Amino acid sequence: MMVSSMNQVSETQNPKLLKVDFMAKKKDGLKLIVDGKRLDGRAADQLRPVRIEAHVLNDANGSAYVEWGKNRVLAGVYGPQECIPKHDASPYGALIKCRYTMASFCSLEEHGRSGPNRRSIEISKVMTDAFKSVIFTEYYPKTQIAVFVEVLQSDGGTRCAAINAASVALVDAGIPMRDMVTAVAFAKVDDQIVIDAAKEEDNFGQADVPVAIGANSKEILLLQMDGILSKEEMQQGMEYAYSAAEYLHRLQKDALERVFTTTAQEKKETFLRM
Amino acid sequence: MMVEVLGAIKKETLKAFLVKQERFDGRKFDEYRPIEIQQNAAPNAEGSALVHLGKSQVLCGIKFGVGAPYADTPDEGVLSTMVELLPLASFTFEPGPPSPEAIELGRVVDRGIRSAKIIDMGKLKIDDEHVLMLYLDMYVLDHDGNLFDACTMAAMRALLDTQLPKVEEGKIIFGEHTGKLDVSGIVTTSTFAKIDGSLLLDPTLDEQLAMDTRLTIGVMGDKAVSMQKGLSGALTREELFQLLDIAKAKHGELVKYINL
Repeated sequence: MMVSSMNQVSETQNPKLLKVDFMAKKKDGLKLIVDGKRLDGRAADQLRPVRIEAHVLNDANGSAYVEWGKNRVLAGVYGPQECIPKHDASPYGALIKCRYTMASFCSLEEHGRSGPNRRSIEISKVMTDAFKSVIFTEYYPKTQIAVFVEVLQSDGGTRCAAINAASVALVDAGIPMRDMVTAVAFAKVDDQIVIDAAKEEDNFGQADVPVAIGANSKEILLLQMDGILSKEEMQQGMEYAYSAAEYLHRLQKDALERVFTTTAQEKKETFLRM
Repeated sequence: MMVEVLGAIKKETLKAFLVKQERFDGRKFDEYRPIEIQQNAAPNAEGSALVHLGKSQVLCGIKFGVGAPYADTPDEGVLSTMVELLPLASFTFEPGPPSPEAIELGRVVDRGIRSAKIIDMGKLKIDDEHVLMLYLDMYVLDHDGNLFDACTMAAMRALLDTQLPKVEEGKIIFGEHTGKLDVSGIVTTSTFAKIDGSLLLDPTLDEQLAMDTRLTIGVMGDKAVSMQKGLSGALTREELFQLLDIAKAKHGELVKYINL
Protein backbone atom coordinates (compact mmCIF):
# COMPACT_ATOMS: atom_id res chain seq x y z
CA MET A 1 0.00 0.00 0.00
CA MET A 2 2.71 2.46 0.93
CA VAL A 3 5.84 2.97 -1.07
CA SER A 4 8.74 3.29 1.27
CA SER A 5 12.10 4.69 0.42
CA MET A 6 13.13 4.68 4.03
CA ASN A 7 13.46 1.58 6.09
CA GLN A 8 11.03 1.32 8.91
CA VAL A 9 11.82 -0.75 11.95
CA SER A 10 9.05 -2.87 13.33
CA GLU A 11 7.85 -1.48 16.61
CA THR A 12 9.68 -3.82 18.92
CA GLN A 13 8.57 -3.21 22.45
CA ASN A 14 11.79 -3.36 24.34
CA PRO A 15 10.88 -3.80 28.00
CA LYS A 16 14.34 -2.61 29.00
CA LEU A 17 13.64 0.72 27.36
CA LEU A 18 10.90 1.53 29.82
CA LYS A 19 13.06 0.81 32.78
CA VAL A 20 16.07 2.89 31.81
CA ASP A 21 16.64 4.89 34.96
CA PHE A 22 17.23 8.29 33.50
CA MET A 23 19.12 9.75 36.44
CA ALA A 24 21.38 6.69 36.56
CA LYS A 25 21.93 7.00 32.83
CA LYS A 26 23.23 10.51 33.29
CA LYS A 27 25.64 9.42 35.98
CA ASP A 28 26.84 6.24 34.33
CA GLY A 29 26.96 7.68 30.83
CA LEU A 30 24.84 4.88 29.37
CA LYS A 31 25.12 4.97 25.58
CA LEU A 32 22.14 5.95 23.46
CA ILE A 33 23.86 4.53 20.38
CA VAL A 34 25.65 1.18 20.52
CA ASP A 35 27.36 -0.35 17.44
CA GLY A 36 25.62 2.18 15.21
CA LYS A 37 22.20 1.13 16.53
CA ARG A 38 19.91 3.33 18.57
CA LEU A 39 18.02 2.27 21.72
CA ASP A 40 15.06 1.03 19.69
CA GLY A 41 17.27 -0.66 17.10
CA ARG A 42 17.04 2.02 14.43
CA ALA A 43 19.87 3.25 12.22
CA ALA A 44 20.71 6.96 12.21
CA ASP A 45 18.54 7.70 9.17
CA GLN A 46 15.58 5.52 10.11
CA LEU A 47 12.17 6.84 11.09
CA ARG A 48 9.92 5.17 13.61
CA PRO A 49 6.88 3.47 12.02
CA VAL A 50 4.38 6.10 10.87
CA ARG A 51 0.72 5.61 10.12
CA ILE A 52 -1.56 8.40 8.93
CA GLU A 53 -5.34 8.25 8.56
CA ALA A 54 -7.45 11.07 7.17
CA HIS A 55 -11.09 11.90 7.88
CA VAL A 56 -11.42 10.04 11.16
CA LEU A 57 -13.91 12.33 12.93
CA ASN A 58 -17.62 12.80 12.39
CA ASP A 59 -18.24 16.46 13.16
CA ALA A 60 -15.01 18.25 12.20
CA ASN A 61 -14.83 19.60 8.65
CA GLY A 62 -11.51 17.84 8.27
CA SER A 63 -9.56 15.51 10.51
CA ALA A 64 -6.54 13.23 10.70
CA TYR A 65 -4.93 10.75 13.05
CA VAL A 66 -1.20 10.13 13.16
CA GLU A 67 0.61 7.30 14.90
CA TRP A 68 4.33 7.90 14.93
CA GLY A 69 6.21 5.36 17.00
CA LYS A 70 4.39 5.56 20.31
CA ASN A 71 3.06 9.07 19.58
CA ARG A 72 -0.65 9.29 18.87
CA VAL A 73 -2.05 12.58 17.65
CA LEU A 74 -5.53 13.61 16.57
CA ALA A 75 -6.25 16.75 14.52
CA GLY A 76 -9.57 18.40 13.69
CA VAL A 77 -10.21 21.45 11.49
CA TYR A 78 -13.24 23.74 11.54
CA GLY A 79 -13.73 26.53 9.07
CA PRO A 80 -13.72 28.85 7.39
CA GLN A 81 -16.20 29.95 10.04
CA GLU A 82 -17.30 33.12 11.79
CA CYS A 83 -14.35 34.68 13.57
CA ILE A 84 -14.71 34.79 17.35
CA PRO A 85 -14.03 37.24 18.99
CA LYS A 86 -15.30 39.41 16.16
CA HIS A 87 -12.80 42.21 16.74
CA ASP A 88 -10.04 39.74 15.77
CA ALA A 89 -11.48 39.34 12.26
CA SER A 90 -9.37 40.66 9.42
CA PRO A 91 -10.85 42.18 6.25
CA TYR A 92 -7.76 40.90 4.39
CA GLY A 93 -8.14 37.20 5.02
CA ALA A 94 -9.01 34.29 7.25
CA LEU A 95 -7.35 34.01 10.63
CA ILE A 96 -5.53 30.73 11.23
CA LYS A 97 -5.87 29.51 14.80
CA CYS A 98 -3.86 26.43 15.65
CA ARG A 99 -4.24 24.96 19.11
CA TYR A 100 -1.87 22.21 20.23
CA THR A 101 -2.71 20.59 23.56
CA MET A 102 -1.67 17.42 25.34
CA ALA A 103 -4.01 14.99 27.06
CA SER A 104 -3.43 14.81 30.82
CA PHE A 105 -2.59 11.09 30.57
CA CYS A 106 -0.44 11.24 27.43
CA SER A 107 2.96 10.80 29.03
CA LEU A 108 4.52 7.89 30.86
CA GLU A 109 5.29 10.22 33.77
CA GLU A 110 3.13 12.50 35.90
CA HIS A 111 -0.49 13.32 35.29
CA GLY A 112 -0.47 16.60 33.40
CA ARG A 113 -2.75 19.57 33.74
CA SER A 114 -5.24 19.87 30.91
CA GLY A 115 -5.31 22.88 28.65
CA PRO A 116 -2.52 24.99 27.21
CA ASN A 117 0.71 25.87 29.00
CA ARG A 118 3.66 28.04 27.93
CA ARG A 119 5.19 25.22 25.88
CA SER A 120 1.99 24.32 24.06
CA ILE A 121 1.15 27.97 23.40
CA GLU A 122 4.53 28.42 21.72
CA ILE A 123 4.02 25.28 19.62
CA SER A 124 0.56 26.50 18.64
CA LYS A 125 2.09 29.79 17.52
CA VAL A 126 4.86 28.34 15.36
CA MET A 127 2.35 25.91 13.83
CA THR A 128 0.04 28.79 13.02
CA ASP A 129 2.92 30.66 11.39
CA ALA A 130 3.83 27.61 9.29
CA PHE A 131 0.30 27.14 7.97
CA LYS A 132 -0.35 30.84 7.38
CA SER A 133 2.18 30.82 4.58
CA VAL A 134 0.55 27.97 2.63
CA ILE A 135 -3.18 28.59 3.10
CA PHE A 136 -4.98 30.95 0.68
CA THR A 137 -6.26 33.01 3.60
CA GLU A 138 -7.18 35.89 1.28
CA TYR A 139 -10.09 33.83 -0.09
CA TYR A 140 -11.97 34.07 3.20
CA PRO A 141 -11.83 37.54 4.75
CA LYS A 142 -13.35 38.07 8.20
CA THR A 143 -13.39 34.36 8.99
CA GLN A 144 -11.27 32.00 11.02
CA ILE A 145 -9.92 28.53 10.33
CA ALA A 146 -9.49 26.63 13.58
CA VAL A 147 -7.01 23.76 13.74
CA PHE A 148 -7.19 21.71 16.93
CA VAL A 149 -4.54 19.11 17.68
CA GLU A 150 -4.70 16.85 20.70
CA VAL A 151 -1.75 14.68 21.69
CA LEU A 152 -3.28 11.48 23.05
CA GLN A 153 0.05 9.82 23.70
CA SER A 154 3.52 11.32 23.63
CA ASP A 155 6.94 9.83 23.02
CA GLY A 156 9.14 12.61 21.68
CA GLY A 157 8.41 14.43 18.42
CA THR A 158 4.78 15.28 19.05
CA ARG A 159 4.98 18.71 17.43
CA CYS A 160 6.06 17.17 14.12
CA ALA A 161 3.32 14.56 14.36
CA ALA A 162 0.89 17.38 15.16
CA ILE A 163 1.93 19.41 12.11
CA ASN A 164 1.66 16.40 9.80
CA ALA A 165 -1.79 15.60 11.20
CA ALA A 166 -2.94 19.22 10.93
CA SER A 167 -1.74 19.42 7.33
CA VAL A 168 -3.77 16.34 6.34
CA ALA A 169 -6.80 17.58 8.29
CA LEU A 170 -6.67 20.96 6.50
CA VAL A 171 -6.67 19.27 3.09
CA ASP A 172 -9.44 16.93 4.27
CA ALA A 173 -11.47 20.02 5.23
CA GLY A 174 -11.09 21.31 1.68
CA ILE A 175 -9.13 24.41 2.67
CA PRO A 176 -7.37 25.75 -0.46
CA MET A 177 -3.60 25.53 0.05
CA ARG A 178 -0.55 26.33 -2.04
CA ASP A 179 1.33 23.45 -0.56
CA MET A 180 1.16 20.76 2.11
CA VAL A 181 3.37 20.94 5.16
CA THR A 182 5.44 18.01 6.36
CA ALA A 183 7.45 18.07 9.55
CA VAL A 184 10.23 15.94 10.98
CA ALA A 185 12.95 16.53 13.55
CA PHE A 186 16.61 15.63 13.49
CA ALA A 187 18.78 15.43 16.55
CA LYS A 188 22.31 14.99 17.78
CA VAL A 189 22.64 11.97 20.04
CA ASP A 190 25.94 10.63 21.37
CA ASP A 191 27.80 12.93 18.89
CA GLN A 192 25.86 11.51 15.95
CA ILE A 193 23.21 13.14 13.80
CA VAL A 194 20.02 11.06 13.75
CA ILE A 195 16.54 11.57 12.34
CA ASP A 196 13.35 11.50 14.40
CA ALA A 197 14.55 11.36 18.01
CA ALA A 198 12.45 9.25 20.35
CA LYS A 199 11.81 10.40 23.89
CA GLU A 200 15.01 9.09 25.51
CA GLU A 201 17.13 10.54 22.70
CA ASP A 202 15.29 13.82 22.97
CA ASN A 203 15.77 14.02 26.73
CA PHE A 204 19.45 13.09 26.74
CA GLY A 205 20.55 14.18 23.27
CA GLN A 206 22.78 17.14 22.51
CA ALA A 207 20.52 18.91 20.03
CA ASP A 208 17.01 18.74 18.63
CA VAL A 209 15.88 20.46 15.43
CA PRO A 210 12.24 20.23 14.32
CA VAL A 211 11.79 21.30 10.69
CA ALA A 212 8.61 21.76 8.67
CA ILE A 213 9.03 21.72 4.92
CA GLY A 214 6.69 22.73 2.10
CA ALA A 215 6.16 19.50 0.19
CA ASN A 216 6.40 21.11 -3.26
CA SER A 217 8.21 24.37 -2.61
CA LYS A 218 10.84 22.62 -0.45
CA GLU A 219 10.93 25.79 1.62
CA ILE A 220 11.46 25.70 5.36
CA LEU A 221 8.23 26.80 7.05
CA LEU A 222 9.12 26.03 10.65
CA LEU A 223 12.49 25.73 12.24
CA GLN A 224 13.40 25.46 15.88
CA MET A 225 16.54 24.27 17.53
CA ASP A 226 18.00 23.73 20.91
CA GLY A 227 21.48 22.40 21.50
CA ILE A 228 24.84 22.92 19.84
CA LEU A 229 25.53 21.95 16.22
CA SER A 230 28.30 22.65 13.71
CA LYS A 231 27.48 23.70 10.15
CA GLU A 232 28.43 20.25 8.88
CA GLU A 233 26.13 18.59 11.38
CA MET A 234 23.33 20.92 10.36
CA GLN A 235 23.87 20.00 6.70
CA GLN A 236 23.83 16.30 7.51
CA GLY A 237 20.63 16.71 9.55
CA MET A 238 18.92 18.67 6.79
CA GLU A 239 19.81 15.91 4.30
CA TYR A 240 18.05 13.42 6.54
CA ALA A 241 15.12 15.74 7.17
CA TYR A 242 14.47 16.46 3.49
CA SER A 243 14.46 12.81 2.45
CA ALA A 244 12.33 11.86 5.48
CA ALA A 245 9.87 14.66 4.66
CA GLU A 246 9.54 13.36 1.12
CA TYR A 247 8.58 9.94 2.46
CA LEU A 248 6.21 11.40 5.08
CA HIS A 249 4.51 13.54 2.46
CA ARG A 250 3.79 10.40 0.46
CA LEU A 251 2.13 8.89 3.55
CA GLN A 252 0.05 12.07 3.91
CA LYS A 253 -1.10 11.86 0.29
CA ASP A 254 -1.81 8.12 0.60
CA ALA A 255 -3.99 8.80 3.64
CA LEU A 256 -6.01 11.42 1.76
CA GLU A 257 -6.40 9.14 -1.26
CA ARG A 258 -7.68 6.34 0.96
CA VAL A 259 -10.55 8.57 2.14
CA PHE A 260 -12.07 8.10 -1.31
CA THR A 261 -11.24 4.43 -1.73
CA THR A 262 -12.01 3.02 1.73
CA THR A 263 -15.42 2.07 3.05
CA ALA A 264 -16.66 3.35 6.39
CA GLN A 265 -16.30 -0.09 7.95
CA GLU A 266 -12.69 -0.51 6.83
CA LYS A 267 -11.92 2.94 8.15
CA LYS A 268 -13.38 2.19 11.55
CA GLU A 269 -11.13 -0.80 11.82
CA THR A 270 -8.03 1.25 11.15
CA PHE A 271 -8.76 4.24 13.39
CA LEU A 272 -7.02 4.03 16.74
CA ARG A 273 -5.99 0.44 16.12
CA MET A 274 -3.74 -0.28 19.06
CA MET B 1 -26.75 30.34 16.29
CA MET B 2 -26.32 27.70 13.59
CA VAL B 3 -27.09 25.00 16.15
CA GLU B 4 -30.30 26.72 17.18
CA VAL B 5 -31.56 27.12 13.61
CA LEU B 6 -30.70 23.56 12.61
CA GLY B 7 -32.14 22.28 15.87
CA ALA B 8 -35.42 24.09 15.29
CA ILE B 9 -35.77 22.72 11.76
CA LYS B 10 -34.84 19.18 12.72
CA LYS B 11 -37.04 19.24 15.78
CA GLU B 12 -40.20 19.49 13.67
CA THR B 13 -39.14 16.58 11.45
CA LEU B 14 -38.10 14.57 14.48
CA LYS B 15 -41.46 15.10 16.16
CA ALA B 16 -43.24 13.90 13.01
CA PHE B 17 -41.11 10.74 13.19
CA LEU B 18 -41.85 10.21 16.87
CA VAL B 19 -45.59 10.33 16.25
CA LYS B 20 -45.07 7.32 13.96
CA GLN B 21 -42.97 5.65 16.71
CA GLU B 22 -39.82 6.05 14.61
CA ARG B 23 -36.36 7.55 15.08
CA PHE B 24 -34.08 9.04 12.42
CA ASP B 25 -31.69 6.08 12.59
CA GLY B 26 -34.43 3.43 12.72
CA ARG B 27 -33.79 2.43 16.34
CA LYS B 28 -36.46 1.44 18.81
CA PHE B 29 -37.08 3.99 21.58
CA ASP B 30 -35.26 1.82 24.14
CA GLU B 31 -32.36 0.71 21.96
CA TYR B 32 -28.67 1.69 22.16
CA ARG B 33 -26.58 2.53 19.12
CA PRO B 34 -23.75 0.07 18.33
CA ILE B 35 -21.21 0.01 21.17
CA GLU B 36 -17.56 -0.83 20.76
CA ILE B 37 -14.94 -0.65 23.49
CA GLN B 38 -11.19 -0.83 22.90
CA GLN B 39 -8.97 -1.60 25.86
CA ASN B 40 -5.62 0.03 26.55
CA ALA B 41 -6.10 2.78 23.98
CA ALA B 42 -3.50 5.06 25.59
CA PRO B 43 -0.77 2.69 26.79
CA ASN B 44 1.23 5.37 28.64
CA ALA B 45 -1.67 5.75 31.06
CA GLU B 46 -2.07 3.36 34.01
CA GLY B 47 -5.45 2.37 32.57
CA SER B 48 -7.30 3.47 29.46
CA ALA B 49 -10.18 2.70 27.13
CA LEU B 50 -11.77 4.07 24.00
CA VAL B 51 -15.54 3.88 23.64
CA HIS B 52 -17.44 4.21 20.38
CA LEU B 53 -21.13 4.79 21.05
CA GLY B 54 -22.58 5.26 17.58
CA LYS B 55 -20.54 8.15 16.26
CA SER B 56 -19.66 9.48 19.71
CA GLN B 57 -16.15 8.67 20.85
CA VAL B 58 -14.65 9.01 24.31
CA LEU B 59 -11.10 8.19 25.36
CA CYS B 60 -10.52 7.65 29.08
CA GLY B 61 -7.06 7.64 30.62
CA ILE B 62 -6.11 7.08 34.25
CA LYS B 63 -2.94 8.40 35.88
CA PHE B 64 -1.82 8.42 39.50
CA GLY B 65 -0.16 11.09 41.57
CA VAL B 66 0.91 11.43 45.17
CA GLY B 67 -0.73 14.03 47.36
CA ALA B 68 -2.12 14.87 50.76
CA PRO B 69 -5.46 13.34 51.81
CA TYR B 70 -8.50 15.54 52.41
CA ALA B 71 -8.92 16.54 56.05
CA ASP B 72 -12.29 14.75 56.35
CA THR B 73 -10.95 11.49 54.86
CA PRO B 74 -7.39 11.20 56.22
CA ASP B 75 -7.15 7.46 55.50
CA GLU B 76 -8.42 7.51 51.93
CA GLY B 77 -7.00 8.25 48.52
CA VAL B 78 -8.39 10.97 46.29
CA LEU B 79 -10.49 10.43 43.16
CA SER B 80 -10.51 13.28 40.65
CA THR B 81 -12.85 12.94 37.68
CA MET B 82 -12.66 15.33 34.74
CA VAL B 83 -14.26 15.46 31.33
CA GLU B 84 -12.62 17.43 28.54
CA LEU B 85 -14.88 18.47 25.69
CA LEU B 86 -12.18 18.75 23.04
CA PRO B 87 -12.91 21.52 20.54
CA LEU B 88 -12.09 19.12 17.71
CA ALA B 89 -15.00 16.90 18.75
CA SER B 90 -17.78 19.31 17.87
CA PHE B 91 -18.19 22.80 16.47
CA THR B 92 -20.20 23.63 19.56
CA PHE B 93 -17.22 22.99 21.87
CA GLU B 94 -14.93 25.95 22.35
CA PRO B 95 -11.41 26.08 23.73
CA GLY B 96 -11.09 27.45 27.23
CA PRO B 97 -11.72 26.49 30.83
CA PRO B 98 -14.24 23.65 31.43
CA SER B 99 -17.79 24.66 30.53
CA PRO B 100 -20.71 23.99 32.88
CA GLU B 101 -21.64 21.06 30.58
CA ALA B 102 -18.19 19.49 30.94
CA ILE B 103 -18.29 19.93 34.71
CA GLU B 104 -21.76 18.41 34.98
CA LEU B 105 -20.68 15.44 32.84
CA GLY B 106 -17.60 14.81 34.97
CA ARG B 107 -19.53 15.10 38.20
CA VAL B 108 -22.29 12.73 37.08
CA VAL B 109 -19.75 10.07 36.06
CA ASP B 110 -17.92 10.63 39.35
CA ARG B 111 -21.12 10.36 41.38
CA GLY B 112 -22.02 6.93 39.98
CA ILE B 113 -18.57 5.50 40.65
CA ARG B 114 -18.25 7.13 44.06
CA SER B 115 -21.68 6.32 45.45
CA ALA B 116 -21.48 2.68 44.32
CA LYS B 117 -18.26 2.43 46.40
CA ILE B 118 -16.62 0.17 43.81
CA ILE B 119 -13.12 1.46 44.55
CA ASP B 120 -11.72 0.88 48.02
CA MET B 121 -10.23 4.32 48.57
CA GLY B 122 -8.57 3.13 51.78
CA LYS B 123 -6.22 1.01 49.68
CA LEU B 124 -4.87 4.15 48.04
CA LYS B 125 -3.34 5.33 51.32
CA ILE B 126 0.48 5.35 51.32
CA ASP B 127 1.31 6.68 54.81
CA ASP B 128 -0.10 9.23 57.24
CA GLU B 129 0.77 12.21 55.06
CA HIS B 130 0.53 10.71 51.59
CA VAL B 131 -2.18 9.09 49.53
CA LEU B 132 -2.51 8.15 45.87
CA MET B 133 -4.53 10.57 43.77
CA LEU B 134 -6.47 8.73 41.07
CA TYR B 135 -6.93 11.02 38.06
CA LEU B 136 -9.79 9.76 35.94
CA ASP B 137 -9.87 11.86 32.77
CA MET B 138 -12.25 11.47 29.88
CA TYR B 139 -11.55 13.12 26.54
CA VAL B 140 -14.48 13.49 24.18
CA LEU B 141 -13.01 12.98 20.70
CA ASP B 142 -16.22 13.00 18.67
CA HIS B 143 -19.64 14.21 19.78
CA ASP B 144 -22.84 12.69 18.51
CA GLY B 145 -24.88 12.75 21.68
CA ASN B 146 -25.18 10.81 24.94
CA LEU B 147 -21.75 11.55 26.32
CA PHE B 148 -22.91 10.54 29.83
CA ASP B 149 -23.19 6.85 28.98
CA ALA B 150 -20.12 6.84 26.74
CA CYS B 151 -18.01 8.49 29.45
CA THR B 152 -19.20 6.09 32.16
CA MET B 153 -18.43 3.07 29.98
CA ALA B 154 -14.98 4.42 29.14
CA ALA B 155 -14.29 5.15 32.81
CA MET B 156 -15.43 1.69 33.92
CA ARG B 157 -13.38 -0.20 31.33
CA ALA B 158 -10.30 1.92 32.10
CA LEU B 159 -10.74 1.38 35.86
CA LEU B 160 -11.03 -2.39 35.38
CA ASP B 161 -7.70 -2.40 33.51
CA THR B 162 -5.88 0.01 35.81
CA GLN B 163 -2.51 -1.05 37.19
CA LEU B 164 -1.43 0.38 40.53
CA PRO B 165 1.91 2.17 40.31
CA LYS B 166 4.90 1.18 42.41
CA VAL B 167 5.52 3.72 45.16
CA GLU B 168 8.90 4.14 46.87
CA GLU B 169 9.59 6.71 49.58
CA GLY B 170 6.45 8.63 48.70
CA LYS B 171 7.32 8.78 45.02
CA ILE B 172 5.75 6.96 42.09
CA ILE B 173 8.08 4.85 39.98
CA PHE B 174 6.45 5.34 36.59
CA GLY B 175 6.47 2.34 34.27
CA GLU B 176 6.42 -0.15 37.18
CA HIS B 177 3.31 -1.61 38.72
CA THR B 178 2.38 -3.63 41.78
CA GLY B 179 -0.89 -5.17 40.59
CA LYS B 180 -4.37 -4.27 39.54
CA LEU B 181 -6.61 -1.67 41.11
CA ASP B 182 -9.40 -3.37 43.05
CA VAL B 183 -12.74 -2.65 41.41
CA SER B 184 -15.61 -4.45 43.09
CA GLY B 185 -18.45 -3.80 40.68
CA ILE B 186 -19.55 -2.28 37.41
CA VAL B 187 -21.62 0.88 37.25
CA THR B 188 -23.47 1.80 34.08
CA THR B 189 -25.62 4.79 33.25
CA SER B 190 -28.56 5.03 30.91
CA THR B 191 -29.50 8.42 29.56
CA PHE B 192 -32.92 9.29 28.19
CA ALA B 193 -34.26 12.25 26.26
CA LYS B 194 -37.86 13.35 26.54
CA ILE B 195 -39.17 14.97 23.39
CA ASP B 196 -42.84 15.88 23.19
CA GLY B 197 -43.74 13.20 25.69
CA SER B 198 -41.71 10.47 23.93
CA LEU B 199 -38.89 8.90 25.94
CA LEU B 200 -35.79 7.95 23.97
CA LEU B 201 -32.84 5.93 25.25
CA ASP B 202 -29.34 6.93 24.10
CA PRO B 203 -30.21 10.20 22.31
CA THR B 204 -28.12 11.28 19.32
CA LEU B 205 -26.95 14.88 19.01
CA ASP B 206 -29.98 15.73 16.84
CA GLU B 207 -32.30 14.26 19.44
CA GLN B 208 -30.47 16.10 22.22
CA LEU B 209 -30.87 19.40 20.41
CA ALA B 210 -34.62 18.76 20.24
CA MET B 211 -35.16 17.35 23.74
CA ASP B 212 -37.12 19.06 26.50
CA THR B 213 -35.68 17.01 29.35
CA ARG B 214 -32.82 14.65 29.94
CA LEU B 215 -32.47 12.01 32.62
CA THR B 216 -29.42 9.94 33.46
CA ILE B 217 -29.78 6.94 35.79
CA GLY B 218 -26.74 5.12 37.16
CA VAL B 219 -27.24 1.44 37.99
CA MET B 220 -25.20 -1.26 39.68
CA GLY B 221 -26.69 -4.73 39.98
CA ASP B 222 -30.39 -4.10 40.55
CA LYS B 223 -29.95 -0.81 42.44
CA ALA B 224 -29.89 2.76 41.20
CA VAL B 225 -26.69 4.51 42.30
CA SER B 226 -27.02 7.98 40.80
CA MET B 227 -29.43 10.20 38.93
CA GLN B 228 -29.27 13.52 37.15
CA LYS B 229 -32.05 15.37 35.42
CA GLY B 230 -31.11 18.02 32.90
CA LEU B 231 -32.77 20.89 31.05
CA SER B 232 -35.93 22.79 31.87
CA GLY B 233 -38.57 20.20 30.94
CA ALA B 234 -40.35 18.01 33.47
CA LEU B 235 -40.93 14.32 34.11
CA THR B 236 -43.91 12.64 35.74
CA ARG B 237 -43.48 10.17 38.57
CA GLU B 238 -44.77 7.37 36.28
CA GLU B 239 -42.19 8.25 33.66
CA LEU B 240 -39.40 8.19 36.23
CA PHE B 241 -40.25 4.64 37.31
CA GLN B 242 -40.68 3.54 33.71
CA LEU B 243 -37.17 4.85 32.92
CA LEU B 244 -35.74 3.27 36.05
CA ASP B 245 -37.04 -0.11 34.86
CA ILE B 246 -35.48 0.38 31.43
CA ALA B 247 -32.16 1.50 32.95
CA LYS B 248 -32.08 -1.60 35.16
CA ALA B 249 -32.95 -3.83 32.20
CA LYS B 250 -30.18 -2.23 30.10
CA HIS B 251 -27.55 -2.57 32.84
CA GLY B 252 -26.85 -6.23 32.03
CA GLU B 253 -26.45 -5.46 28.34
CA LEU B 254 -23.97 -2.64 29.01
CA VAL B 255 -22.01 -4.75 31.52
CA LYS B 256 -21.49 -7.31 28.76
CA TYR B 257 -19.94 -4.66 26.54
CA ILE B 258 -17.74 -3.40 29.37
CA ASN B 259 -16.63 -6.89 30.37
CA LEU B 260 -15.89 -7.69 26.71
